[in-house]
Amino acid sequence: MQGTYSYTIKKKVQLSDAIYLMDIEAPRVAKNCYPGQFVIVKMDEKGERIPLTICDYDRDAGTVTIVFQAVGSSTRLMAQYEEGEAFRDFMGPLGHRSELIDMPREELLQKKILFVAGGVGAATVYPQVKWMKENGVKVDCIIGARSKNLIILEDEIRKYAANLYIATDDGSYGLKGNVNDCIKDLINNKGKHYDIVVAIGPMIMMKFVCILTKELGIKTIVSMNPVMVDGTGMCGACRLTVGNEIKFACVDGPEFDGHLVNFDEAIKRSTMYKSEEGRMQLRKKEGGSHHHPECEIHEDDCKVNS
Amino acid sequence: MDVLKRIPVREQDPSERIKNFDEVCYGYNLEEAKLEASRCINCKNARCIEGCPVSIDIPAFIKEVKEGNIEEAFQIISKYSALPAVCGRVCPQETQCEQRCIRGIKGDPVSIGKLERFVADWAREHGIKPEPPKEKNGRKVAVIGAGPAGLTCAGDLARMGYDVTIFEALHEPGGVLVYGIPEFRLPKDTVVKKEIENVISLGVKIETNVVIGKSVTIDELIEEEGFEAVFIGSGAGLPKFMGIPGENANGVFSANEYLTRNNLMKAFDENYDTPIITGKSVAVVGGGNVAMDAARTAVRLGAQVYIVYRRGEQELPARVEEVHHAKEEGIIFKFLTNPTEILVDDNGWVKGMRCIEMELGEPDESGRRRPKEKPGSEFILDVDTVIMALGTSPNPLIASTTKGLEINRHRCIIVDEESMMTSKEGIFAGGDAVTGAATVILAMGAGKAAAAGIDKYLKSKR
Ligand SMILES: Cc1cc2nc3c(=O)[nH]c(=O)nc-3n(C[C@H](O)[C@H](O)[C@H](O)COP(=O)(O)OP(=O)(O)OC[C@H]3O[C@@H](n4cnc5c(N)ncnc54)[C@H](O)[C@@H]3O)c2cc1C
Ligand SMILES: Cc1cc2nc3c(=O)[nH]c(=O)nc-3n(C[C@H](O)[C@H](O)[C@H](O)COP(=O)(O)OP(=O)(O)OC[C@H]3O[C@@H](n4cnc5c(N)ncnc54)[C@H](O)[C@@H]3O)c2cc1C
Ligand code: SF4
Ligand code: SF4
Ligand code: FES
Repeated sequence: MQGTYSYTIKKKVQLSDAIYLMDIEAPRVAKNCYPGQFVIVKMDEKGERIPLTICDYDRDAGTVTIVFQAVGSSTRLMAQYEEGEAFRDFMGPLGHRSELIDMPREELLQKKILFVAGGVGAATVYPQVKWMKENGVKVDCIIGARSKNLIILEDEIRKYAANLYIATDDGSYGLKGNVNDCIKDLINNKGKHYDIVVAIGPMIMMKFVCILTKELGIKTIVSMNPVMVDGTGMCGACRLTVGNEIKFACVDGPEFDGHLVNFDEAIKRSTMYKSEEGRMQLRKKEGGSHHHPECEIHEDDCKVNS
Repeated sequence: MDVLKRIPVREQDPSERIKNFDEVCYGYNLEEAKLEASRCINCKNARCIEGCPVSIDIPAFIKEVKEGNIEEAFQIISKYSALPAVCGRVCPQETQCEQRCIRGIKGDPVSIGKLERFVADWAREHGIKPEPPKEKNGRKVAVIGAGPAGLTCAGDLARMGYDVTIFEALHEPGGVLVYGIPEFRLPKDTVVKKEIENVISLGVKIETNVVIGKSVTIDELIEEEGFEAVFIGSGAGLPKFMGIPGENANGVFSANEYLTRNNLMKAFDENYDTPIITGKSVAVVGGGNVAMDAARTAVRLGAQVYIVYRRGEQELPARVEEVHHAKEEGIIFKFLTNPTEILVDDNGWVKGMRCIEMELGEPDESGRRRPKEKPGSEFILDVDTVIMALGTSPNPLIASTTKGLEINRHRCIIVDEESMMTSKEGIFAGGDAVTGAATVILAMGAGKAAAAGIDKYLKSKR
């Protein structure tokens, strides 16, 4: 965490238990980025390349905002960085900007749009909702999470959404239920009508939103977050099946027509390094011996670099 | 000494080297190099030079080696090549300089590559740098991509006095030299990094993490940042897949992903955070350098490895030395075999690969005999990991964000062969981005030609 690197953390805020916001100094990225795009962060010499959505940007100050959830080893380490420290690498913007930004204005103004954010997906939804408001488009938004303390960016999104709805699984805030319950409530009980749904969150949430919106006949855009390495189309780690085609999420997406995405495959692929990662942690702690006696995963299920 | 035979080069023993990522070939020492150099008869019309895409004055540098003037030899090579320690290691010499060597008619050709490598290694170990540029002219040129093409073009332009900035998408410069070719064939810290530092010492700036077409466009570089010319050396990095069932299963990788995790991200080293999946039994599909590198990497990560190639041994496009090393390391070659399906278990992981045997028919456009399936010959190869090394094509990102840049149907950038200028004035290109996947030295040759083209163009503009 030395300060010799150039992508300095200008601001750090803890949004919830394990979710953090950071403003990073990255003038080239700030100058040309748009909602829907992402960056790849590499914290230090030995770190992984971590893809994170661009949550906000300040072109004048030359900063880009990221919001991340400390879920695994890399993101947990990232959470330990403080203001004034710097990351070694911050590459971007990557991927296409949101499809709606490129829609002709007259057409866009006609559309009734609902954004659906799950968990840390709110960070991806936020810049889009903000862009919509700044461009005179009124949109509704749902934020869903397991529980009240996991809802992030509520005030920020409320500022820009025409209507904001909250749903929590445990009922600790807003509607008790998941985002699909909330969508159904809006359409069946509150007389709402939507032409486009933009659903961004965990893959499993996007999958179920898509099943529902397909039934309802509402076009749905999702933002995919598969495992990535380079983010430039060079490795194919991020490949997805969309319709009958193979797409690379980093260069062809990250947004896709949710009704065409093969979510089951994507969900399986996203678990590929989970066991691997666990094993690597063990290896580090034990220094060379790769198998922890208490580890429940045994040789055959768990392929590991030895 | 038998002048018909080359001085053998010392190598790490196969049984040892499959357990580490250290360099396989140790190279010559001074004595061996001088002996090998003494085999060169200093031809007047040296045919070896014609075989070298950057026309290194081979007899001249070898003569210096013979006399023990290694620094002299290095300065001669440096006039032609910015990356001699790299080329000495990875050039397909047997089809280039060494193929034309007169010594090769009766016996072994002179080991030009190994001598070049020796000179470059010696110079590095003795802290010798290429001669710095003469005066600066202050004119700005942008180079896209820090692979061999971009580094060469930048180095040559800097020597001519230009103010050059290389923009590289990844976090390290080097292109395929850092993300593709493995450590055991081309050491990163001791060889590649040092040669890149030599380019930097000529005054070249390298800005990493900049994706041209996303972070900034070529048009912006010219209109807003004051660059007068641009060289595109963005390579051919886009991997191909076969389109067979099961290809998106867990445990199927492109060679690029597998090699990038291991080389650029150093997954083999416990101290680095990026994971890699190795598997117990790995099939690598393809027969080029990329396939050999992926297979030999998998061996070192502890797997049993097959190379599955649809043509025969004669048709293998990889360098002979790599094929030889791969065999020594216990890799099993399945020639005349093609995958038809990847079998997947309930959790989405690879559990085998269905293959079919092939036979060779009539020659195709490439002159190689076209493989066709032998009906009824299907079998299942028992593997849990599959690496696709089927070739790559240029990334469309730059072409699609630069107005007026023409590409052909293979997505390769179209250039004027002499000046290397593209369809857009002031924009030049070369290397794999123009030819499709080729070789380090061809990319360097293109970078050189483009530097000359840019110099001519900029001089004529004023
Ligand atoms: C386009 C895109 C945008 C994203 N935006 C955000 C965001 O704004 N905020 C946020 O919190 N997260 C975001 N993610 C997910 C984030 O990149 C992962 O949470 C992170 O890489 C996990 O790393 P880890 O080691 O801490 O976690 P672990 O769960 O321990 O990861 C285990 C391993 O799996 C791999 N991995 C797991 N999930 C992902 C993933 N989704 N992408 C790439 N590699 C993965 C990593 O290589 C890691 O080694 C985004 C992902 C993508 C692809
Ligand atoms: C595994 C492998 C093994 C090989 N083995 C050999 C060998 O033994 N001998 C041999 O002669 N050749 C070998 N080759 C081929 C050789 O490496 C290539 O032909 C050569 O590297 C091409 O050089 P280049 O400069 O054109 O492109 P590259 O080396 O591909 O470099 C292109 C660079 O441009 C960057 N870039 C791309 N797009 C952008 C963008 N939009 N903005 C900024 N930067 C960008 C890339 O990140 C990359 O760093 C091998 C290739 C591979 C993959
Ligand atoms: S650069 Fe390559 S082709 Fe040229 S002399 Fe050296 S090894 Fe031979
Ligand atoms: S052709 Fe062979 S012998 Fe003749 S100069 Fe070249 S390397 Fe020497
Ligand atoms: S992340 Fe490598 S191709 Fe998309």
